[in-house]
Amino acid sequence: MSITSEQSTGPGSTRATTTALANTSGHGSPAADKIFSGISLVAGVLILVVLAAVAIFLVAMASDTFAADPTELTGGKGFASYIWPLVVGTLIAATIALLLATPVGIGVALFISHYAPAKFAKPVGYVIDLLAAIPSVIFGAWGASVLAPHVVPFYNWLGKYFGFLPIFEGPASQTGKTILTAGIVLAIMILPIITAMCREIFLQTPKLQEEAALGLGATRWEMIRMTVFPFARAGIISSVMLALGRALGETMAVTLVLAGGPFNPSLIQSGNQTVASEIALNFPEAYGIRMSELIAAGLVLFVITLLVNVLARFIVSRYNTGVE
Amino acid sequence: MSVVATRPSRLTSGQTPKWLVPVIALVAVILGAAIAALIGFSVGLWAIFAFLLFVIAGPIVIGMIEGSRKGKDAFARFLVYGSFLLALIPLVSVLYVVIAKGVPGLSGNLLLTSMNGVTGVHDNAAAKGTEPILGGIYHAIIGTLETTILATLISVPVGLLTAIYLVEYGRGGILSRAITFFVDVMTGIPSIVAGLFAASFFAWAFKDPSMRMGFVAAVALSVLMIPTVVRNAEEMLRIVPNELREASYALGVRKWRTITKVVIPTAISGIASGVTLAIARVIGETAPILVTAGFATAINWNAFSGWMATLPTYIYYQIMTPTSPTAAAVSETRAWAAALVLIVIVMLLNLIARVVAKIFAPKTGR
Repeated sequence: MSITSEQSTGPGSTRATTTALANTSGHGSPAADKIFSGISLVAGVLILVVLAAVAIFLVAMASDTFAADPTELTGGKGFASYIWPLVVGTLIAATIALLLATPVGIGVALFISHYAPAKFAKPVGYVIDLLAAIPSVIFGAWGASVLAPHVVPFYNWLGKYFGFLPIFEGPASQTGKTILTAGIVLAIMILPIITAMCREIFLQTPKLQEEAALGLGATRWEMIRMTVFPFARAGIISSVMLALGRALGETMAVTLVLAGGPFNPSLIQSGNQTVASEIALNFPEAYGIRMSELIAAGLVLFVITLLVNVLARFIVSRYNTGVE
Repeated sequence: MSVVATRPSRLTSGQTPKWLVPVIALVAVILGAAIAALIGFSVGLWAIFAFLLFVIAGPIVIGMIEGSRKGKDAFARFLVYGSFLLALIPLVSVLYVVIAKGVPGLSGNLLLTSMNGVTGVHDNAAAKGTEPILGGIYHAIIGTLETTILATLISVPVGLLTAIYLVEYGRGGILSRAITFFVDVMTGIPSIVAGLFAASFFAWAFKDPSMRMGFVAAVALSVLMIPTVVRNAEEMLRIVPNELREASYALGVRKWRTITKVVIPTAISGIASGVTLAIARVIGETAPILVTAGFATAINWNAFSGWMATLPTYIYYQIMTPTSPTAAAVSETRAWAAALVLIVIVMLLNLIARVVAKIFAPKTGR
């Protein structure tokens, strides 16, 4: 029997209350209480077990690679020489994404929290959340078929005038499927993460401090620099770290956008590859030692993103600003 | 008094007149077009130059009239508005492209047939226009629904019970702090690593290194979904007022009955909306499906045996390995139509989540 008294509390609910009291014996024994708390405890522990299992199974399946003869692995020079260009490629793509997304993300967050008219701010927040809802494979398809052709003239221009820099060395790729394009797509994908988190923190800046700054004659920008940014510093850093974790692990956008290859310092030529994309491209056809090798690559990615995420959480807890 | 209002007062002297900023914007647009034309005209270049000119010239002019502090303020303001407009471009572009390229491929045939038996011959004929475009996404929709539903069936009980443990039982203990921390860590697991985990787990459990089926994909998706469900349910359970629990205890109701009959019904709208958002997140995942469910062109209703296609992997394979390499456009048409269907599903789920949260908002009484 269900308790009905909760719905009918208030005057005249005496009868319902008595019913509930009379039925107490029917509402479970101490044993049922123990079972329920036991089940919820098991569910909680299960999460820890799953996380441990992720690490254990990746290590177990990858161990063949570390034990194998270096000549058996792709490239024939051992795992380290196989993985480093991939890790470097991943870091390049993630760095480009962060450099582009951080200023824009903070700008959009400021727009929502301090610039946009109040009734306009909420819909704008929804719109930016929509960006987060679009599946990554669609971003990848968009990046490959729409963005890549459009950036080619820009890459040609970069190659022509900034070609003396190793990162913009020409001739630029004429398909636009380069690591820079992949980085731009990643930037679009991590932008909502930075914006959503920064927006929450910016909104929590103590109103008194903001008003005090304005009252002393500060312009809006001076007010933001003096009150909002110092308050939100830890939050901004951790939002950027979380976005970095996402950018490192993002697969589809890179797989579809990038015409991968060996390590290439020029960002506007094809080449480079990321760990996640390498796995997605090769795992479906992999077997035996190749499969183990790709799982080992996944393990490396897991460890890197784990470190980034733990660091981000640590920063948040260290400078606890009341924001989770 | 009225005299003060009609002649230029000290209050407005030294301020930028209202018409100045639009005029600067207009000049920037015209000059931007001119500079863009010098290099080789395109709308993108025009927009970039016009924006740069405006952002630089505007604050300088304002700074000269009102002082450098106001100039800097205007500079920051223009940049903030600019970054918002910049963020809108990809969103609008993605939605526009998906609709523009997806609608032509959309048909009853696409929704109700699989790719079984569709070969390059058919696509070549379709490219020449002698045959309609055959093949569709029916099998992928089935795969998407089955893997997502299975993942939801695994994640929701585990996630909800964990949240109950954290809020109702664990209250600040070492274990509950550890769970909270590792749930946060789990949020950051790259989706492809979750897929690799599920693939290696089932490879080990079935002693078959290429064990692939819909259920493996569901397990991989659960790894991604559980932390989202836990975080959301935890938040929702925490906002249930303690008075409700205490009132129930005072009536002699046991704790587990209080939780199942009082706390959860109060928070159910928030939990349901959070679960819907979590589903919307995993339904678009591609990478974990790629390594766990394989890929199929035929209808497979059984998630526990055989390879399965889902909408995201369908889109991926249609683009990467077109059915007919010489008529890739036909495959792309199908891919964009599938993308449109996927985006509509995701947007609908988001909308449902918002509506559920709004209509059945928890009645906290304050």
